[in-house]
Amino acid sequence: MNPAFSVVLFTTIAGAAQGLVVALALATLGGIDMAPAFVARGLEIAGVMLMIGLLASFGHLGRKERAWRAVLMWRTSWLSRECLVLPAFIAWVALWWLMLQSAPVGMFVPVVALALAASLWLCTAMIYACLRFIEEWAQPLTLVNFVLIGLSSGFVLVSALAASAGEGELLRLTAPVAIAATIAALVARVASLRRNAALRHRSTLQSATGIRSPHLVQKSMGMSAGAFNTREFFHGRTLALLKIVRQTFLICGFVVPALLALVAMLTAASVWWWLAVVSQSVGLLAERWFFFAQAQHPQNLYYQVVS
Amino acid sequence: MMGWLKDLFGAAAHAPETERWEPGDTLAKQLALVIDLNVCVGCHACVTSCKEWNTSGSAGALADRDPYGANPTGTFFNRVQTYEAGIFPGTDTIHFPKSCLHCEDPPCVPVCPTGASYKRKSDGIVLVDYDKCIGCKYCAWACPYGARELDEERQVMTKCTLCVDRVHDEQLAPEDRKPACVKACPTGARLFGDVKDPTSEVSIAIRERGGYALMPEWETRPSNQYLPRRVTKALGDEADS
Repeated sequence: MNPAFSVVLFTTIAGAAQGLVVALALATLGGIDMAPAFVARGLEIAGVMLMIGLLASFGHLGRKERAWRAVLMWRTSWLSRECLVLPAFIAWVALWWLMLQSAPVGMFVPVVALALAASLWLCTAMIYACLRFIEEWAQPLTLVNFVLIGLSSGFVLVSALAASAGEGELLRLTAPVAIAATIAALVARVASLRRNAALRHRSTLQSATGIRSPHLVQKSMGMSAGAFNTREFFHGRTLALLKIVRQTFLICGFVVPALLALVAMLTAASVWWWLAVVSQSVGLLAERWFFFAQAQHPQNLYYQVVS
Repeated sequence: MMGWLKDLFGAAAHAPETERWEPGDTLAKQLALVIDLNVCVGCHACVTSCKEWNTSGSAGALADRDPYGANPTGTFFNRVQTYEAGIFPGTDTIHFPKSCLHCEDPPCVPVCPTGASYKRKSDGIVLVDYDKCIGCKYCAWACPYGARELDEERQVMTKCTLCVDRVHDEQLAPEDRKPACVKACPTGARLFGDVKDPTSEVSIAIRERGGYALMPEWETRPSNQYLPRRVTKALGDEADS
């Protein structure tokens, strides 16, 4: 597939915002002592990130003015479900922020926030995992990766915020979780990379055309030149570049943030957490780009020769 | 005013035409094409007649950018590709027209977030309501055949309509109530009809000549089928061939 930057940005930034809200919700439920103003600041940041994600997702639409229609088919479409859950999640984060202004919140608000964050991960991941013939995506690890990567980036971010704001009690909780989630995300991502490397696609040129000959080559894709099909489904990058992107996201997205988090825990300086946030932002954008680029759409079997 | 009202209610009275297939439904009628790979010569008459009819019909206009330049690009509902099978000198050149297969279980329909993509209950044609499409491209991702194309100018998803604005038009002579590609094919490589009617030309061709579906592994049950090449023996090879 040809990765669309709008979708790469949306899924990455929204995933991190979900992780941030989950961290704040768990800390609230766990009775961690936090300044209400700190929680409110965290929710503001999550809200802004989600709004950026929402705006970015509009960038993927050909007819943005009709976007409201996308909520209608929630019975059958994961995309439609995502379009319902995302605004609901943003609204709930806003409500939580508003309630913090007057009184301490109870259990109900963070529990619902957790449920909405989880639903949004489910919807976003299933948009890809439900396409059975895009075999790189159609696997349970797609959901696992979306959740773990969101948790990892959210906990690294909340640790950076806590370290800067001097929320020591919160940081003692989130720092080890951030490292554990980052390592878990790395393990799951490597597992999905290994699975995809060993993948043998079910569709072949023979099954796509029904021509049984083992020696079958495409000579022309139709004298109708360039088209949506030759752009949307091909990233046009070399294998060497893909390899570089893969190494980049494994190192910058997981290994470096985990090491920086460890250093931050030992030195108790917040700058290490912010370096981890910067490294992970670059790494995870590369990770999501690679997620799309690696997917081989079976329609590409019909467009092997551009002529 | 009265005419407009009449149209409005007239459209409502035609409800069966707009009734939609739901996942799991089995339809009594399914219009489709059968393509005979024995006789397709790769002339692209079906491609050009399709573009001509549909760019000026209810599915148009179809984008056509830089048509005489170095990198032309545009929307087509039907494309003819060419494959070579076997090893020289025993090679076969196979011209392979491909358009939407109007699957009996179309994966592109349930994923549409707006309901713009639908399959008609009355004749099984898969269509896009261009007024509802938001151009999210998700249906194109969900089609293993690459049958859907986003129109660059209108920014909505387009696809083969099986010339729905032609095949039911009673103002046309009965022999003209066929898709433009079928009418244009000089070798008769394209057959059109109801694949659910066992006595139709298409059903007989599929049954008697080993019609097959593309990518059967994904269980989309394409309605369009292809007739495989038959080996034609030379004169005198075998008396009973």
